[in-house]
Amino acid sequence: MTAVTLRGRLPGRLQTALGENGALLGLVAIVVVMSLLSGNFLTVTNLLNVGVQAAVTAILAFGSTFVIVTAGIDLSVGAVAALAAVVLAWSAGSAGLPWPIALIIGLAVGVVAGLLNGVLVSFGKLPPFIATLATQGVGRGLALVISAGSPIILPGAVSHLGDTIGSYLPVPVIVMLVMGVITAFLLSRTYSGRAMYAIGGNEEAARLSGIKINRQKLVTYALSGLFAAIAGIVLASRLDSAQPDAATGYELDAIAAVVIGGASLSGGKGRAFGTFVGALILATLRNGLNLLSVSSFWQEVVIGVVIALAVLIDSLRQRNAA
Amino acid sequence: MSEISEISGTSEILRIKGVRKRFPGVLALDGVDFGLRAGEVHVLLGENGAGKSTLIKILSGAYHPDEGEILVAGRPVSIRTASDAQQLGIATIYQEFNLVPQLTVAENLLLGRQPRRFGIVNKRAMLARARELLERAGVDADPRTPVAALGIARMQMVEIARALGMNARVLIMDEPTASLTSGETSKLFDLVRQLRDSGTGVVFITHHLEEIAQIGDRVTVLRDGRSVGEVPADTPEPDLVRLMVGRSIDQQYPREATEPGGGTPLLAVRGLTSDGVFHDVSFDVQAGEVVGLAGLVGAGRTEVIRAIFGADRYRTGEVLVNGVQLPKGDVSAAMKAGLGLVPEDRKGQGLVLGADVGENLGLVTLGRASHAGLVDRGGQRKAAEQIAGRLKVRMSGLGQEARTLSGGNQQKIVIGKWLLADVKVLILDEPTRGIDVGAKVEIYQLINSLTASGHAVLIISSDLPEVLGMSDRILVMSRGRLAGELSTADATQDKVMALAVSAGPDTHESLSSQKEGTTK
Repeated sequence: MTAVTLRGRLPGRLQTALGENGALLGLVAIVVVMSLLSGNFLTVTNLLNVGVQAAVTAILAFGSTFVIVTAGIDLSVGAVAALAAVVLAWSAGSAGLPWPIALIIGLAVGVVAGLLNGVLVSFGKLPPFIATLATQGVGRGLALVISAGSPIILPGAVSHLGDTIGSYLPVPVIVMLVMGVITAFLLSRTYSGRAMYAIGGNEEAARLSGIKINRQKLVTYALSGLFAAIAGIVLASRLDSAQPDAATGYELDAIAAVVIGGASLSGGKGRAFGTFVGALILATLRNGLNLLSVSSFWQEVVIGVVIALAVLIDSLRQRNAA
Repeated sequence: MSEISEISGTSEILRIKGVRKRFPGVLALDGVDFGLRAGEVHVLLGENGAGKSTLIKILSGAYHPDEGEILVAGRPVSIRTASDAQQLGIATIYQEFNLVPQLTVAENLLLGRQPRRFGIVNKRAMLARARELLERAGVDADPRTPVAALGIARMQMVEIARALGMNARVLIMDEPTASLTSGETSKLFDLVRQLRDSGTGVVFITHHLEEIAQIGDRVTVLRDGRSVGEVPADTPEPDLVRLMVGRSIDQQYPREATEPGGGTPLLAVRGLTSDGVFHDVSFDVQAGEVVGLAGLVGAGRTEVIRAIFGADRYRTGEVLVNGVQLPKGDVSAAMKAGLGLVPEDRKGQGLVLGADVGENLGLVTLGRASHAGLVDRGGQRKAAEQIAGRLKVRMSGLGQEARTLSGGNQQKIVIGKWLLADVKVLILDEPTRGIDVGAKVEIYQLINSLTASGHAVLIISSDLPEVLGMSDRILVMSRGRLAGELSTADATQDKVMALAVSAGPDTHESLSSQKEGTTK
């Protein structure tokens, strides 16, 4: 209640900067607490580490933001990420294609998987949960089939995506920032972006306003697939190989990041910046808890609690607003 | 039995005194008095919007009156929730049934009251109890079949049987015959008479005047939220109609007619048919004209205009805008041709409630304002600001969430987004429902300025004075068909009402049986 009145008094700009639901405040709080608890936390090397750790989740989450804004869900992104990387590595290795072509094929795999989701959801009228769950199974299975279950070495040029330029510029962080800016731009400035908000906010009103719902859903899921492919390639480059079981369960981290960032699973709400902060919160927590030697079992407990709290605060806020 | 009917002759089981209910912007009930005796069928009659629904929602605990008293069996009561109503023995059967279609008849009959021990449902006892209830209601249905497999008529019977199971003393039936064939209706009437004779008080809502004398004992007429008369059920129909609509039109409706343009009609509808929904609907709308589409709720008006706009498909017929035929079920084609629709459900279909005013105003023009996929945000904003100013939308700014605006201002935004798109024919479905008088007049003036600039307006309204006051021509629909056309000069509320409740029983029969056929 007090949070609402407080927000009401804040100037709009500042509110925007703090994120839809004060997620940024949460991130700052976590950073402060971690710095106090561990001397190793607030160092350049460690913070860059957090950035690298956040990168894959953040890129997946940017893609998921499109879908969640339309009130959908994409459970296939982890599997699609693995499949895209495996196909890339296989094309460059076993098929002997030059790496740029292999890269394009890898990205295309993501788009095709996304389009498949989109077709099932829009024309097939399947619930997004089911459609993308099916694609998850197909994607993961194909990754295992193509790789015969073992990691494939990435072509050298592509594996540079995991490098650090100089000693302070990890390429995954750059890719994450670029994808974040692209997401923000797509959501706020393009026809498809605005249509996503309208569809998620009220699909019938959007339809009666002439927005072609099916077409826009195709775009939405295709973007999510493309972002998943990019995330998968970044992940593989850090590991120097494409692994068929990579990114397992990452779709849930991505969804968590989006939701912590202030998006609503019922659609119509969500921003790239919020998602970015959400991904950073998850990565910072994991990193800090590692530094504090908290067992990875307990880490999962803490992260679960944080997700529940973030959404709880959001729903309380909405109830007060209504 | 004889004992009960003796008591019922004298005892009043339900009495409503001076009930008032205000919603933001509208006074829905403005002093309603109503009495129900045990063992009578009391018909509640009134136009759409007269307050019947609000009244039965108050009796079933969905709304609470601002003023007035409700007495059950002479005792003042407060009905706060649906279970309060149930405990007082008041059962309501709505037009949309409260049944869970996937569950069996028995489970529905005893939903929440299944005989059980330690939380485990005793199926045998449940079936036995269900059979007993079905028999008492005279319903021929196996309690083990899922409700979804029953037709509309038998679903209704199951609802009545359930009310019996709750020992209802007051049974409220909201237009129970609206979707029944005449055979089913007479069966329903037998059951209602049987309930009446056993001492139940029945509140019966219907729009079919001919049914009143058949089934009713007394009639209470509601008009503009007030009870305006209580008459015997054998009162002649013209007198009933006069009671329902009796009021004159004043300058509330500032229609300034413009000379309709000749030549190709802006909108032409030819033989539009959708099985079981509407049949063979044809009409023209000329430039500069306001055409009113009147009729009772459920007559098919909304369905027809949704089909015209491409929101729903239809089986046969054609829609032409400026002489060019539109493809079926294609909203964006209809929009491109110059049609705009302000839907009846403002919040559910007109607005993105969680988005801000600017976003909502720009929704229709979003595509036009985009070049190579990029939205011209500055242009969109400027246009939104302009139209919000022209429509005098009261808001804190374009950034205000649409949810937080008043009904009138929300409606201005739904209309505004179409004005920005510069539509040729604007279709308004119940444009002033739930809107205060000031905003109403502003919307009427907007209609005037649209037609003055050569556009056309097709307006659906259940508010008869509004249709009469604002239209140049009135089409009346009844049971899925155009029952007639009236010019404003010789249209009266009585004439419109007479057409709206017209259409012979044979067309009704065929329409209902078609409807049943399609739901199966």
